Parts: sequence; structure tokens; C-alpha cells
Amino acid sequence: MEIPRHWRLKQQRYSLVGEVCPHCDNKIFPPRDVCPNCGGEAKELYAFSGKGEVYSYTTIYEAPSGFDTSAPYTVALVKLEEGPMVTAQLTDLDNTPVEIGMPVEMVTRKMRNDGDERGIIVYGYKFRRRT
Amino acid sequence: MRKIAILGIGQTSVDEHWDKSLREIGGEAAFAAMQDAGADKVDALFVGNMLAPLIDGQNQLGTFFSDWIGLWHREAIKIEAACGSGAAAFRAGLMAVASGDIESALVVGVEKMTDKAGHDVTAALATAADADYEVEQGVSFVGLNALVMQRYMFEFGWRHTDFAPFSINAHANAMHNPFARLHEKITVERFEKSSMVATPINLLDASPIGDGAAAAVIVPAEKVASMPGRPRVVVAASASATDTIAVHSRKDPLFLSAAYDSAKRCYEMANVEPKDIAVFELHDAFSIMTALSLEACGFAERGKGVRLGLDNEITPAGRVPICTRGGLKARGHPVGATGMYQIVEVAQQLRGECGKTQVDGAKIGMAQNIGGSGASIITHILKAE
Repeated sequence: MEIPRHWRLKQQRYSLVGEVCPHCDNKIFPPRDVCPNCGGEAKELYAFSGKGEVYSYTTIYEAPSGFDTSAPYTVALVKLEEGPMVTAQLTDLDNTPVEIGMPVEMVTRKMRNDGDERGIIVYGYKFRRRT
Repeated sequence: MRKIAILGIGQTSVDEHWDKSLREIGGEAAFAAMQDAGADKVDALFVGNMLAPLIDGQNQLGTFFSDWIGLWHREAIKIEAACGSGAAAFRAGLMAVASGDIESALVVGVEKMTDKAGHDVTAALATAADADYEVEQGVSFVGLNALVMQRYMFEFGWRHTDFAPFSINAHANAMHNPFARLHEKITVERFEKSSMVATPINLLDASPIGDGAAAAVIVPAEKVASMPGRPRVVVAASASATDTIAVHSRKDPLFLSAAYDSAKRCYEMANVEPKDIAVFELHDAFSIMTALSLEACGFAERGKGVRLGLDNEITPAGRVPICTRGGLKARGHPVGATGMYQIVEVAQQLRGECGKTQVDGAKIGMAQNIGGSGASIITHILKAE
């Protein structure tokens, strides 16, 4: 179990908190110390709206350990409205087909159990179809 | 910097070596390279490996192998750059000898992957990606490549079946490589019907893992004479470049900028152009990577890499021969060893030792090894003299 790590990432996982560059106003997710646009220092927090569209997607049939019981599931590259791209699972699809360009929004969902059935349940962001 | 020659090469077959340990596999390739070089000692050992700490519970591979091989008391170190570890180790050895600090080096790329179950290996391979923001979302390493492939097909209008020639060529060439993991020809029909791993990547888009090791002994070129029937193989260029660790951070996820950067630098160093490259051992971990590598290295325009396969240009008799010994797809992909297999195979081509997949008159060859989903890319150009 990696409890400090889950705790450390809570703002990103629950609220999609990234950063805004104070020099060029570039929106950054995941947070990083150097703005990829202008190279300046970037540490100012910024909460993303959670709205975006599917840039690409894949349905995973052979999952890494920790995710085996969830397979098959669909992962997407989501282009957020504010600019950056995020890797995340799509949820609530109800067997309807996914398309590139499909509008989506962030929701909070269970990701996996860290450890056995007594391990902590990890929650985080997934994206669902936006109507 | 001094010019460096490859004095000896060695490799094990890529396979499920249930009967052999990490030690024995690495040792086998190392001894083969030393024997081929006619050397019984080298000044230093460089080991390329990615997964031994995760799969075999073994770190300290420098000392681990210098001890096993009998190179006691010398400098020995492991270099890691995910699936690019092999070429990264080769480049480290190259720099050490070229600088004049040491007079010879043995470089071994080694990986023992079959001691753990499939989903554990899948999880171990995913450590090449961003643990907090990619892997934590449940995306496998195949999945990351699948995201790239899906978008590529969408943007450039290719169908899945258009990638088939890449895998068919790799399998056909591996038929003539005794060290290859897979010895079976495949057809377009089989390629299309293969089981799905992560859409649109199926089993025949993806390279198989395996146990394996490949090695080379390098020395200053001035110490090696060209012999009749066995030309001197020298390293004409070496360069390494990086991109973001996560695919989602790339300005253009469909362009391998680190392949472009390292290949460009190599072309300048060796004073050659893509058309001068007689054989290109590229990193076809997935069929999409073949297309992107061909594009980034100047063999095809953006979005048109697939065309080279469809036009039959990639076979040993074609204009851009790739994967001439089977590539990652059919020789197999023992991840940290793969970069050294590529170096060994290009050396074999330049020596003219490739039999039915020999590229006629090959004098210049390129090897390109990718760590992660394009995050760390090391390119080498070798020349026969």
C-alpha cells in the first residue's frame, strides 16, 4: 500500500487541480515545476473545469495487475477545454460506442483496491459522455 | 573522441528459457561476444537492463555480471532507460572507450522476463510510463501505444489491415534467424483475426516478450584490422534524445521527436542521409511504432510510414530494409536486451553474415532503440570498412 502517495495526489485526483503559468497564462495538468510552454517557473494552482473531448481511446483487454478484474475497460486521452491532455478511463458508457471528438466531463469514481480486499480503495477522476 | 570498432558480437536465442537464470543468459551472450572478439579480458562492463529489480528481485547488475563472467575488480555498471536500456548501455560503453579513459568495454543487454506471470510483467513494463498520471489510470504499456495508433488511423485514414506488411515482413525474416523467438510465417488474414490486446492493437501488432541477451566488445578502431571476408565494423555515430515521459504531455503525440532529434544528429555525425542507410533495425515494439519511426527518421513523410510496407519497400531486397532479423515483432523483445540485439544484427548485416535476409552490399546500417512510448530514443549508425 502507498498511503502517502494517494494522500499527496488527492487534489489532482478529486478536483483536477493543476497549475497556471504566471508568465504566459498556460494551463498545466498534471502539475509540474517548469511551464512546458515558456520554460518559466510554474507553481500557481489552477482548478480545471473537467470538461473536454476525446482525442483518442483504447479498450484494454489485457490489464496490468491491480486492474485485472476491471478488464475490459476503456482508457482515453482527453483534451481538456483549457488546453492540456489527460490520460483517464471513460465510464458510464453503457456499451455505446466511443468516438474521437466526443465531449466528456470529469467524474469521481473508484479506481482500484490498493492491496487485497482489506486495502484502501483508491478513488480518482474518470470521464463520462457529456450531453 | 576516438573512432570505435565492434570487435566481437554474441547473442542467445530469444525464448522462454525456463532452464536458465538471469546470470546464465547474460553470461552466455557475454562469453559469445568475448570469444568472437578473441578477447579474454576487457577494461569495463556495461549492462543494459530494465526489469531485473522488478521481475528477478536483482539489482546491482554491474557487479552481478562482472562477478559471474570473471571480470573481477573492474568497473561495471547497469544503465537503465526502460526498453531503450540496451542501446543506452552501448552508448555509455562507447563514450568511455572513445574518451580514452579505458581501452575496451563489454556491453551486455540482458532481460529475464518469464519468471513472473503475464499480468505482473504487464505491470512491470508499465513502469516505463508515468506512474502517477498514466499507470494509475489502468493504462498498460500496450494501451499507450494503442491510444497513439487509434489517433494515427483517425488522422491519416489508414485501416488496421494496412499495418499488416510490417508484421509479415518481420515474421518472414525471422524464419532465417536461428536466434529469433518466433519461426512462423503469417498472412494478412491471420494478422486481422489475431486476438485483441488493446484496441486497435492485436497480438500480431505487438512484439512478444522473452528471455534473451546480446553483447558486443568495443575497442578503439585503430586496434582492429580489416580482414578478408570480415570487414571492420565501426561506430560512425551515436546520439540520444528524450521527449516527455507521458504521451499526454507531447505537443504532437503522433510524432517521435526524440527519434527525429537523435537520428538527425547521427546523420550529421556520420555525414549520411536516410537514402544512404542500407539497413535500419528500428524499434517495432508495436506496428504503429514502425510507421512513426520511419517518418521521424526521414524515410517517409508524416502520416505515410504505412505506405512503405504496402509498397513492399521494407523487405531485405527493398529500398528501406527493416527488421531484417525479425525485428522486435518476431526476433522478440526482451526489453532491456533489445537495443543490443539491434546493434548485433546491424553488425551481422555489415559483415555479410545474414544468409537469406542479407541486404546486398550493405555498408551502412542504423539501429534505433526506444525507451517508453517514445520518451527516450537512442540511435546508432554503424559502418563497414
